[in-house]
Amino acid sequence: MLFALCFLLFMIGLYCTVAKKNMVKIVIGIMIMEYAVNLFLIMLGFRSGGTAPIIDRSYLEPGSVQITSGFLNSCVDPLPQALVLTAIVISLGSLALMISICIRTYEKYGTFDITSIRRLKG
Amino acid sequence: MSPAPLPVFVAVPLVAAFLLPIFGSFGKKGKAVATVLANVATASLLVLAFASIGRSEVYEIGKWSIPLGINLVLDGLSCLLLLVISVVSAAAMLFSARYMEQYTAKPKFLSLFLLMVAGMNGVVLSGDIFNLFVFLEIASIASYALVGFGCEHEELEASFKYMVLGSIGSLFILFAVAVVYGNTGTLNMAYISKAVASSGLNTGLTFALALFITGFGLKAALVPFHAWLPDAHPSAPAPISAMLSGVLIKALGVYALARVLFNVFGVSVQIGWLLIALGLISMIAGAFLAIGQWDFKRLLAYSSISQVGYVVLGIGLGATLIATESNPAWASLAILGGLFHLVNHAVYKSLLFLTSGSVEMATGTRQLKQMGGLAEKMPVTRACCTVASASIVGIPPFSGFFSKLILVVAAIQAHFYWLAAVIIFVSLCTLIMYLKVQRYVFLGELPENLQQIRENKGSMLIAMMTLACLCVLMGLLVIVPSLKVAILDPAVKVLTDGLEYSTRIIGG
Repeated sequence: MLFALCFLLFMIGLYCTVAKKNMVKIVIGIMIMEYAVNLFLIMLGFRSGGTAPIIDRSYLEPGSVQITSGFLNSCVDPLPQALVLTAIVISLGSLALMISICIRTYEKYGTFDITSIRRLKG
Repeated sequence: MSPAPLPVFVAVPLVAAFLLPIFGSFGKKGKAVATVLANVATASLLVLAFASIGRSEVYEIGKWSIPLGINLVLDGLSCLLLLVISVVSAAAMLFSARYMEQYTAKPKFLSLFLLMVAGMNGVVLSGDIFNLFVFLEIASIASYALVGFGCEHEELEASFKYMVLGSIGSLFILFAVAVVYGNTGTLNMAYISKAVASSGLNTGLTFALALFITGFGLKAALVPFHAWLPDAHPSAPAPISAMLSGVLIKALGVYALARVLFNVFGVSVQIGWLLIALGLISMIAGAFLAIGQWDFKRLLAYSSISQVGYVVLGIGLGATLIATESNPAWASLAILGGLFHLVNHAVYKSLLFLTSGSVEMATGTRQLKQMGGLAEKMPVTRACCTVASASIVGIPPFSGFFSKLILVVAAIQAHFYWLAAVIIFVSLCTLIMYLKVQRYVFLGELPENLQQIRENKGSMLIAMMTLACLCVLMGLLVIVPSLKVAILDPAVKVLTDGLEYSTRIIGG
């Protein structure tokens, strides 16, 4: 169910990107898609009632360096969180570039409306 | 001397890219130093790529063994792509040493250029699917910025369009990576392939496959997803157009698609037919749209769509033949044709874009109707353009002929006669468009306002002549058996082996 909602969010972002005429709204649409994917990644590793995947001394078997099965069964998956961090950094980079291109375009054309920014065709 | 470790291919351009902007603040001398440094970086990559022919190894980053860590994989296919990237980037960098004098902020340009090269090398070497995405984004973001580098009306518009479609493509790929991770619990391509082989394609993985095809299709500009290419490639500065059309769409699109389909998910008949269909539509639509263009670079950009269609067609034909378990030699031949066409197209299309840059720099226009009679004024550019045109059309001694011949033979051998007919038909369309280029740019009357133009000098000519020589000599790659065994055959074998990729990396 949650995954379906996540996919719905992705689709809303895609719709916004495709249907809107304002450059800034298109950028917002792309970011909604980005967040939908990030949310999806986080949910992959989520476990209700799970703990943070940090190994405490109490999670080690007494007298050895083995991790208890209690820890493995209760912690959330840390890998998707690392992936999301990377993805957020990348999306920050592309967002900054997109917004600066929008600003430069506005300086040249005096509008954000993509229907009137049409010098290229053919 | 022991061979260089694999991260060097990414590290050299990355380090150089971050050093170069510092020189920008030292005035004219700093600019010259930056130019030399950037050329040294691409030249050293060229040497490294040639030294890595025939090597095959797995490098584990930070000594973390897979599947815990990230690995870089060098095999025949990666090696072929590394060679192509380094040859084209060295030539384009040499060309831009002089060409980019007309723009401001040259060190920033060189820095973005090297970032793009670093990203592409990373995509080609990565053995981890999320890492592939990260490198793909590095290369894409650098290319978005480079397309808009001129900061004029058209450049900004094209850059925005490219960026929106490119970002959607990247997000589809990221989504697919997430779905794959959810279904297999690993991100290493070898382990994913093992998991897919043992469990088969379930619904989730099929969905991921569809997302991958859409995402990489957007990056490769195959026809339903091609809308950004004819705007983005002509708007970029000429050396960047050469890089984008020559290697970016192949490293990020075709290579990644082939790697994921053949080595990770495994091919099926449906996938093979899908690739053939995408290739055919791209070939025909690209060729028809190109004939109608009057902008020199826009014509070349549409022709790129058509030529990438050939590559995808060859690979798709191979996939179909592998999946139907017909004669393995037929499949190898089809894939050989596709990959060899990829290499050839990288060389002659980058040469064509460089000549278009040379013409644009001399005449100040890209409109075919405003030019004419440049053959006398610009003999070297004309000669290079003619060689590249002859090559792309497929006239016998030049490289394009051999790859098209292999594709036609492969199609006939596999009893797909109509495919062979389409390949030859599209070649005729290609002939028409390049006759148009020759007729309107180099032949005919010289307009009044262009009487004063002169041939460009120095590094631009050297870059163009080097690529022109390659166009003539590349046929040797299939004619001389030892070269074929060293360079092309290992690349074909990586794809025909399919899912054995995982056993080669994990072992056992």
